[in-house]
Amino acid sequence: MALSGLQIFKLLAKTNCKECGFPTCMAFAMQLAAGKAELDQCPYVTDEAKAALGEAAAPPVRKVTVGAGDMAVTVGEETVLYRHEKRFEHMPGLGVLITDEMDDATVDGLLDQLKQIEFNYVGVNLRPRVAAIKAADAGKLAALVAKADEKAGAAIIIMNDDAAALKSAAEPIKDKKPLLYAATEANFDAVAAVAKELNVPFAIKADTLEALAELGQKALDGDFKEVVLDPASSSLGDVLLDQTLIRRAAVKKTFRALGFPTIGFPSNMTDDKMLEAVYASVFVAKYAGFVILSDLDPARVLPLLYLSQNIYTDPQRPMQMDQGVYPINDPGPDSPILVTTNFSLTYFTVSSEVEASKVPAWLCIMDVEGQSVLTAWAAGKFVADAIAPFLKKSGIEEKAPHKKIIIPGYVAQISGELDEELGEGWEVQVGVREAADIPKFLRQWSAN
Amino acid sequence: MSFEPPVESCKGSIREVTIGADTKVGGETTFPFHLWEGEMPNAPMIAMEVYDEAQPDWPDTVRKVYEDVMGDPVAWAKKCQDEYSADAICLQLRSIDPNGSDASPESAAETVKKVYDAISVPLIVYGTGTPDKDAEVLKKVVEAMPDANIPIGPVEESNHRLIGAAAMGYKKPVVGFTSMDVNLAKQLNVLLTQLGVPEDKIIIDPTTGALGYGLEYCYSIMERDRLAALMQNDGKMQMPILNNMAPETWKAKESKVSEEEEPTYGNVETRGILWEAITATTLLLAGTDILVMRHPDAVKLVRTAIEGLQAQTKEKVAS
Repeated sequence: MALSGLQIFKLLAKTNCKECGFPTCMAFAMQLAAGKAELDQCPYVTDEAKAALGEAAAPPVRKVTVGAGDMAVTVGEETVLYRHEKRFEHMPGLGVLITDEMDDATVDGLLDQLKQIEFNYVGVNLRPRVAAIKAADAGKLAALVAKADEKAGAAIIIMNDDAAALKSAAEPIKDKKPLLYAATEANFDAVAAVAKELNVPFAIKADTLEALAELGQKALDGDFKEVVLDPASSSLGDVLLDQTLIRRAAVKKTFRALGFPTIGFPSNMTDDKMLEAVYASVFVAKYAGFVILSDLDPARVLPLLYLSQNIYTDPQRPMQMDQGVYPINDPGPDSPILVTTNFSLTYFTVSSEVEASKVPAWLCIMDVEGQSVLTAWAAGKFVADAIAPFLKKSGIEEKAPHKKIIIPGYVAQISGELDEELGEGWEVQVGVREAADIPKFLRQWSAN
Repeated sequence: MSFEPPVESCKGSIREVTIGADTKVGGETTFPFHLWEGEMPNAPMIAMEVYDEAQPDWPDTVRKVYEDVMGDPVAWAKKCQDEYSADAICLQLRSIDPNGSDASPESAAETVKKVYDAISVPLIVYGTGTPDKDAEVLKKVVEAMPDANIPIGPVEESNHRLIGAAAMGYKKPVVGFTSMDVNLAKQLNVLLTQLGVPEDKIIIDPTTGALGYGLEYCYSIMERDRLAALMQNDGKMQMPILNNMAPETWKAKESKVSEEEEPTYGNVETRGILWEAITATTLLLAGTDILVMRHPDAVKLVRTAIEGLQAQTKEKVAS
């Protein structure tokens, strides 16, 4: 829970020395409460104040980073239960389980995939980043961890019950912040000691939320900040229950002992690969920080990555495309010219239909701050006196000198006005209302 | 500080709507699958799609499943009911599209009757979203089938009077369709009830975006619908939700583009089926009551997910 300016003021020196840059301690406290100043601007701050304020300022779900560089995964810092309330902050780290029961070729194949799989969707780079390495034998564990680090540069989760085995595997890559998995009631002290010594995050695991919260409290008492929770849910219903109650406790009750990101292994609940992907989607939508799969078949990873992006996109900032002329199916001077808005969904729907039509075409995407055709028209942004200058500056007349412009059917009413605004030599044609009808329309279209 | 499960109870609940002879949808007294703190008396239903004309442009993954019944909606519906255990059939009257075959209301009504007579699970009848034609056709459909309890849709603001009046006259449930907006959905429910449509005969179609194509909008709209219904006890939002999702997911490029064209995307069948199943599962978590689905394998996966979500260790929240 954030502290008020007055509560912060009580923790300050109250000397009004002005060294922080503010006229009074009270003014400084108000700025701190508003998040506009940093505590270390005050040279006289006490350790006690630091601890109290640091704790108060910490997000209800702590931030945890596993891995380093491009493959690093940061999760946590979440503040809401519903994405429309603000937004979800960090997409879950998606990864694969690698065990000592796999032969070398399988391990190599998975690491290759981990390194290679990468999709670009609405300008966002999506990829799995995590290798969860599990082996009973300490030597094999360390060898697999070293290999995953070397071959894939992955964010690594090291899985073993024995603190010594975790330590020997983690130590050589400790700067890359591997996640130790997992401390339980039986081995908490030993695993926590390794995490402290190597300065790496660790996971805690328990069958009930009560037991998990007890371990969480022990971690807080030991001054650990980077902890990951595994509620070891045994059914899909329990995944929803556990994840919901953990997030609720953290966000609504500021219950710090469960104020950490979570990890889930959907393959613990099924051997069916398709079902595993479906179960994984529940983890993705419902708050998980890490989701570990049993393999990396791209046909199953792709929808899960898209889902992560969808759920974690900022609802207050519609996804937008850059303004410009997009060539589809390799168009030429006689290809049709379509114009629409830069709302990403509009672009996707229209461009995928144009693509499907196999007809080469020019798609002119106009910046209307990411609104759909009708919304932008109603807001006066997708109207004749805005579209005409956009088209004239877009360079489309050099690319397709026929200058016949197809507008969306939903704004048929602007065609006359747009004709006038564009002037001599241009022609406005009214296209279809629904994107689904585009292929038929384009196949019948001719420049003459 | 010891852990106390933060259980929440809701002020409001979702109405139960009866479709078919005695199948109920809705009735939740809590958020989707929050069975530890409320009731979900009717698990979400899977209505499988049937089209009244062949769909030659479908991606192979789904086309080959229905190739033997395309153009024969009766056989198609029976296949979904008997082979794939569909909970319901959603008959998509694609033939009436003025830009397509432009079939007459009479012929559409005849098809509806034939399909209805051939199956024992509930039937839902959907037009093409062309308001004038849909009104004309759906009116004819309810007149031709006075005794059948078939929900009809999509009912939009522009045709709600025509369809609403016909539905009321023959006591049919209606599916109100609005364009991804909580306020518009509520507004249409207000209009329908002002017209005289009983509140327990209304189902909400909030518009469905597929995975990668607006799913997140739909997800948040549905979450907000349910928050209004359950937490604010808003009577005009306490209707079950239907997601006409199959046409959207199978339109997505990622569900149909071949592995030859997009080598990094992996097997096209796996991808297409999961595109539908994961879209559906996400909608389950947002509060859907009726999923309109297409591929039998996706249906099977989602059915297992529905069962899985109901399996909960309630002792976890016992205090």
